[in-house]
Amino acid sequence: MPTTVAYPEPVLRPIEVTTSQAGADEFAARTQDVKISTDRVSILYGEKVAVRDVSLTIQERSIMALIGPSGSGKSTFLRCFNRMNDLIPGASVKGEVCLDGENVMETDVSVVELRRRVGMVFQRPNPFPMSIFENVAYGPRRRGQNDRRKLDELVETSLKRAALWDEVKDDLRRKSGLALSGGQQQRLCIARVLATDPEVILMDEPASALDPVSTLRIEELMRELREAYTIVIVTHNMQQAARVSDVTAFFTMAEDRAGYLVEVGPTGRIFTRPNERLTEDYISGRFG
Amino acid sequence: MTASNPAVGRPAGPKPSLRRRGSRGSILADHAATVALWGTGVLVLVILGAIILHFALAAWGVVSPSFILGDPSRTTLGGVLPILWNSIYILVLTMLIAVPLGILAGIYMSEYAGDNIATTAIRFAEESISSVPSIVVGLFGLILFVDDFHWGFSALGGSLALTFFNLPLMTRLAEQALRAVPQEERSASLALGATKWQTIRHVVLPLAIPGLITGVILTAGRVFGEAAVLLFTSGVGTPQHYNFLNFDLTSVASPWSPFRPATTLSVYIWNLNSEGLGAFKTQIIDGSAAILIAIVLIFNLGARFIGRVLTRRLTAA
Repeated sequence: MPTTVAYPEPVLRPIEVTTSQAGADEFAARTQDVKISTDRVSILYGEKVAVRDVSLTIQERSIMALIGPSGSGKSTFLRCFNRMNDLIPGASVKGEVCLDGENVMETDVSVVELRRRVGMVFQRPNPFPMSIFENVAYGPRRRGQNDRRKLDELVETSLKRAALWDEVKDDLRRKSGLALSGGQQQRLCIARVLATDPEVILMDEPASALDPVSTLRIEELMRELREAYTIVIVTHNMQQAARVSDVTAFFTMAEDRAGYLVEVGPTGRIFTRPNERLTEDYISGRFG
Repeated sequence: MTASNPAVGRPAGPKPSLRRRGSRGSILADHAATVALWGTGVLVLVILGAIILHFALAAWGVVSPSFILGDPSRTTLGGVLPILWNSIYILVLTMLIAVPLGILAGIYMSEYAGDNIATTAIRFAEESISSVPSIVVGLFGLILFVDDFHWGFSALGGSLALTFFNLPLMTRLAEQALRAVPQEERSASLALGATKWQTIRHVVLPLAIPGLITGVILTAGRVFGEAAVLLFTSGVGTPQHYNFLNFDLTSVASPWSPFRPATTLSVYIWNLNSEGLGAFKTQIIDGSAAILIAIVLIFNLGARFIGRVLTRRLTAA
């Protein structure tokens, strides 16, 4: 006699967003200046348009979430802020991407200096196969910092900021970065970026390979980091975007499969009263 | 709640048993593949074992301290040290030239060159040179170094001819070792503001060490084993007494000079076997072969060991 187990119907839980006046005031007080602005940015892979005409501004000391379905070009767009698209053969970027008003697409811009100021955390944690210490010291060392005391100090503060210090302080030099758990590895990657003293941190789905507990730790960390850094995060997880970000930008794909920006606004409004039908369909789970 | 979508449900009927594991044919093929693959793996070990065993037995009683260190002679048993020295000398000299060049060329092919006419031509050249018979490379060395450069037979000429022969292999193996390093590692380093060269130097090369060591071992193996190239370039002769305290690099009598003729073990074995007349010919051949095998094994194990130490030092993990 087969037993039938009744599973509950899947429920689309409403996404909780705080839209309190206090939250809006806190955001306004935290951030005044524009850190990054893009003007009609299009990204092409050969002939194929991957992203079309995206213009938006990102406030200093804020978290901007880029959401949207797969293939809407949000990761590709993120990678033009530190010019990682340069590494992809055949990729070209049109338009302007300004960091503190300076166009980073200019040919005489040093990508090395740009990437020091605009750090990046990848989807899959990718610590180097070196000790925890050497992972964090990697960026500073490449910039000629070899003073042992200063490195010790830098590694400690970076790991503390990334909320990893207490877990690893006893075997900094003995343990490989790869011997850590997935969530710890991702925090190590964040510490590694913090050690280069960046102004902007790009995060490309930083928690998608992590378990829920590690994900929450990363989110907590992001909320602490936004006091000092400008953060841009690409995420597939709308709850995550709603929980951590100040501003949300919704991307989707046009009929020719080029990604474009549908709308951008305070996260509270995007998730409760979006202006566009496409946004509403996406966040309510009717599309994507 | 029961399944209500008829398109998703299984058709009614007897449940398949877990004990039925596919058709007879597929099970047989699976077993056959296991046996064949396992068997070929064992075969490789057996061949190596057989070679080592044969020469170990043949050389039993021949190889002794006096066989190596005794007075060099063709007619008595012993004194292969000068020949052994030449083999190691030419190996080191060749590796000093070929390994750095091969790694640099490999870095260029893997990290800098795109896919274009130049790299296609380089790859074609790599494959062609590697398949040119070594006797032809030897002839080329003879014309170039011995005749045109008026060096006569010399260790340096032999090493350079061997480099011609080995550089393509070293380059290809270095390129493959570097390409095998995951792209994510490069991205991580570049995103931290490291330059391209810093990324290669501090991330890509350390991670490629095991593959590079394989390249060094395979290249070195060809140096030890090569007789045809050296026959025409570094020469064939009888073992002569070397004075290791003679450091005059311009003197052809100094064992340290790259401009002296240098008969290596492989060439010596070939020469004895084809022309040798002495009473102890067979014993000397067997003993020399055993020594050659022992050196190759020591070199390979040593290279692996150094590779492991280097990896640990450079990646600190």
